[in-house]
Amino acid sequence: METFTNLALGFSVALTPFTLMLAIIGCFLGTIIGALPGLGPSNGVAILIPITFTLGLDATSALVLMTSVYYGAMYGGRISSILLNIPGDEPALMTTLDGYPMAKQGKAADALVLSGVSSFVGAFLATIGLIILAPLLARVAYLFGPAEYFALYLLAFCTLGGMASNNQAKSAIAACLGLGIAMIGLDNTSGMPRFTYGNLHLMDGVDFLVAIVGLFAIAEVFFFIESHGKNTALGVRLERVTIPFKMIRNSFWTMIRSTFIGFFAGVLPGAGASLGSFMAYMAQKAVAKDPETYGKGNPRGVAAPEAGNNAAAGGALVPMLTLGVPGSGTTAVLLALLMTLNITPGPTLFADRPEVVWGLIASLLIANIVLLIMNVPLVKIFVYVLQVPPWVLLPGVTMISFVGIYSLSGSYFDLLLMVGFGVLGYFLRKLDIPTVPVILGILLGNQMEDSLRRAMVLSDGDWAFLFSTPIAIGLWIAAIGGFVAPMFLRKVLKKPQAITD
Amino acid sequence: MASDRIFGLVMFGVALAYVASAFQIQSSFLSDPVGSKSFPILIGVVVMISSLVLIVKPDPDPDWPKSRTFLVLLVAIITLIGYAYALKPLGFILPTFVAASILSYQIGPRVGPALITGAGLSVGLFILFKYALGLGLFPFPAGMIG
Repeated sequence: METFTNLALGFSVALTPFTLMLAIIGCFLGTIIGALPGLGPSNGVAILIPITFTLGLDATSALVLMTSVYYGAMYGGRISSILLNIPGDEPALMTTLDGYPMAKQGKAADALVLSGVSSFVGAFLATIGLIILAPLLARVAYLFGPAEYFALYLLAFCTLGGMASNNQAKSAIAACLGLGIAMIGLDNTSGMPRFTYGNLHLMDGVDFLVAIVGLFAIAEVFFFIESHGKNTALGVRLERVTIPFKMIRNSFWTMIRSTFIGFFAGVLPGAGASLGSFMAYMAQKAVAKDPETYGKGNPRGVAAPEAGNNAAAGGALVPMLTLGVPGSGTTAVLLALLMTLNITPGPTLFADRPEVVWGLIASLLIANIVLLIMNVPLVKIFVYVLQVPPWVLLPGVTMISFVGIYSLSGSYFDLLLMVGFGVLGYFLRKLDIPTVPVILGILLGNQMEDSLRRAMVLSDGDWAFLFSTPIAIGLWIAAIGGFVAPMFLRKVLKKPQAITD
Repeated sequence: MASDRIFGLVMFGVALAYVASAFQIQSSFLSDPVGSKSFPILIGVVVMISSLVLIVKPDPDPDWPKSRTFLVLLVAIITLIGYAYALKPLGFILPTFVAASILSYQIGPRVGPALITGAGLSVGLFILFKYALGLGLFPFPAGMIG
């Protein structure tokens, strides 16, 4: 019953005309961002945060806008996967496997509608899962002390690192790079400057927004300059859009199954949407009677990863809201948004700011319906957007990033730092070192250190305190397992490469 | 092979310098059992171990661009640095026009469209930011409109 009261509160926030308008704008922008090759959800949300912040929106409105962008980008990612064989973002990679062959067979419109419906099923059910699971987890999270939080942060780095890279040493370096950057500035506990080398600009530390925009957006610009924008989308055409009812009915159970798989992959801290779509696709192929048709344009091969990836996007919000630990790159960026808005995610968020949490959840339900309408009958509009040439798009992204960061602090120092992070991001990605752990490290570094220090204060310096409760021990085991297991599973779970023609 | 080894060496050096400066952090009279130094030192040690692993067991080399492309990237970086310095003293429109045109030319190398992109982006984004979103930007250098 309590859930319904809370939802009613949420809808009373979300159904005001202003919030509704923000949700629609967010969905629209998000779908465009997701669809454009080279502008994934993390990128898009990252460059929009500083702008949102300077607009002076209140916490709920800003959150509604940005999560609509997030959900929208998850929907939009499939458009360029299907039409161009270029995943708009990493989780959409699996959609190219059967989506692009379908498009080549002249069934592009069918594939787009089917994947739109799958996205809706996945995201909608996952939002309901979020409604059920998040308050439960928030209650468990009350039992977490500093020792448990320390182990939890470690778990997030380990699972994210284990999944995100093919080399554990590289993901460990990435995480530590972020953690090390987070240490710059005044020490929270003692108030002493650390690693500032007398530079006044560094006293406040490195703003995570500067790092995020640099590592994601500016690095992407360098990649486009390197390739001279060869992955262009000019000349895509789409015939009449009809709704393939039979195809949707045939894929119904596929969608449901993939939603469950995707949701649980999303809830795991650090695993995220890429794993969700991957596991959903592999599971679908494993249970199928005709596994040899997958990869050649089987509609179920489109439905499964799309439902899985959107469900994972919803699932990833569970640990982000209840524990403050993001489940994916984009939720890490959303966590940055919460921290910018001075909202501390965690169990107390549900008790202290119910209007924020439930307003957000209600907006997600509304955003899903808006997105279904935008992405099925109106999908043609977004196909036109794909025709924006990269030599207009990328300079535009750069300028928006600069203005956003500049308007945060008005200092050229942050802009230089952002360019520096862009160069760093270029080299890291070239060397196959994941950048998401870097972001996570910068975001969580101070909290991780604080929880360690608070745990040690409580135990008077006894390190065994870190392993003193069953929850903490469980998290440590999961962390070590999450880091070590992929080394052995890598041969079994080889990521299929995108097909080339 | 070589790239990962070089990266490993660089990171090892960075971590060493990081740990060394962590030892220099001043302690305060408000002290806790862990202190200001331990966590940074721990991070540095993890990086050193991982770097050694990378030096011993490197991955195959990525496809590095040709040296000419590196030169192009360097131009892009210099452009962005210049843009960062110019944005405040020169106003929004002129630096944005120059920087956007250069970047646009670097992605799709045609002069005409690049200039149009630069002009369109500088004016269009200025109108968007200033009037639609209400950010406090100055179009021209402060002296010019007196």
